Amino acid sequence: MEVVKYEIRLPRIGDPAPSFEADTTQGKIKLEDFKGSWLILFSHPADFTPVCTTEFIAFSEINDALKKRGVELLGLSIDSVQSHIAWIRNVEEKMKVKIPFPIIADLNKEVAMKYGMIHEGQSKTATVRCVFIIDPNQIVRAIIYYPLTTGRNMAEILRLIDALQTSDKHGVATPANWKPGEKVIVPPPNTTEMAEERLKQGYECKDWYFCMKKL
Amino acid sequence: MACVNPDGKPTESGAKMLRSLKSGGKLPENVAEDTGLPLFRVRSGLRELAGNGFVLQKGDKYEISPKGIELLGKV
Repeated sequence: MEVVKYEIRLPRIGDPAPSFEADTTQGKIKLEDFKGSWLILFSHPADFTPVCTTEFIAFSEINDALKKRGVELLGLSIDSVQSHIAWIRNVEEKMKVKIPFPIIADLNKEVAMKYGMIHEGQSKTATVRCVFIIDPNQIVRAIIYYPLTTGRNMAEILRLIDALQTSDKHGVATPANWKPGEKVIVPPPNTTEMAEERLKQGYECKDWYFCMKKL
Repeated sequence: MACVNPDGKPTESGAKMLRSLKSGGKLPENVAEDTGLPLFRVRSGLRELAGNGFVLQKGDKYEISPKGIELLGKV
């Protein structure tokens, strides 16, 4: 008998985010429910583990800053809703931090598989620390993967959101280590005419292909 | 269910959404504005309430049903 292999194509930057409907700590949620908002879909290896607990506290601490930017958070792990509830109640009781965002209980790994959150070299049963940044049109705009041992950097996640939103709003790119308020990069010209014209436009140009400006 | 407790009474968020709809048919965006709940919660909650007959979907808008009014009366 011929064995048919189905290849799962993992989402890449620029792809539509794979749709799903999942049980969460705030009810059954579909990806489409977030249409019109930015979404950070992130996975953690397991409830009641120390690195994940620090991350959940840290995500909760940036939740207000994210809301101001029109961003919602959605967690995920291969645990049950009851496990998630017990864990976030424990975090609230012991660490005095309320977890305000929903967490997907992905017991059948359906969402984790769609998003490539299980890296078998790390674990066959737990998701690695993934971050998918999905825009209001439900397009994947950035992906971050961290190993089980390393907690994520919330400042970088906020910076990435700021950079994406700045690029969308102003049609620019952002340089290494850019922070809001700093100069941005004017996209390279596509024609020789545009290359010559931009030198007269008052940008700070190192050369014709490398111009920066203040917003 | 996220909007109705096992004892048959609406949850706090379920009651907020039903109360918002008492003044007439509304878009999820309007319900989110009325209730202060995030839009994704409202979309998910209204879908659940509609699935159980507590609200009626008419085009893009939602209306509270007689069953929904009865549910709200249990608060």
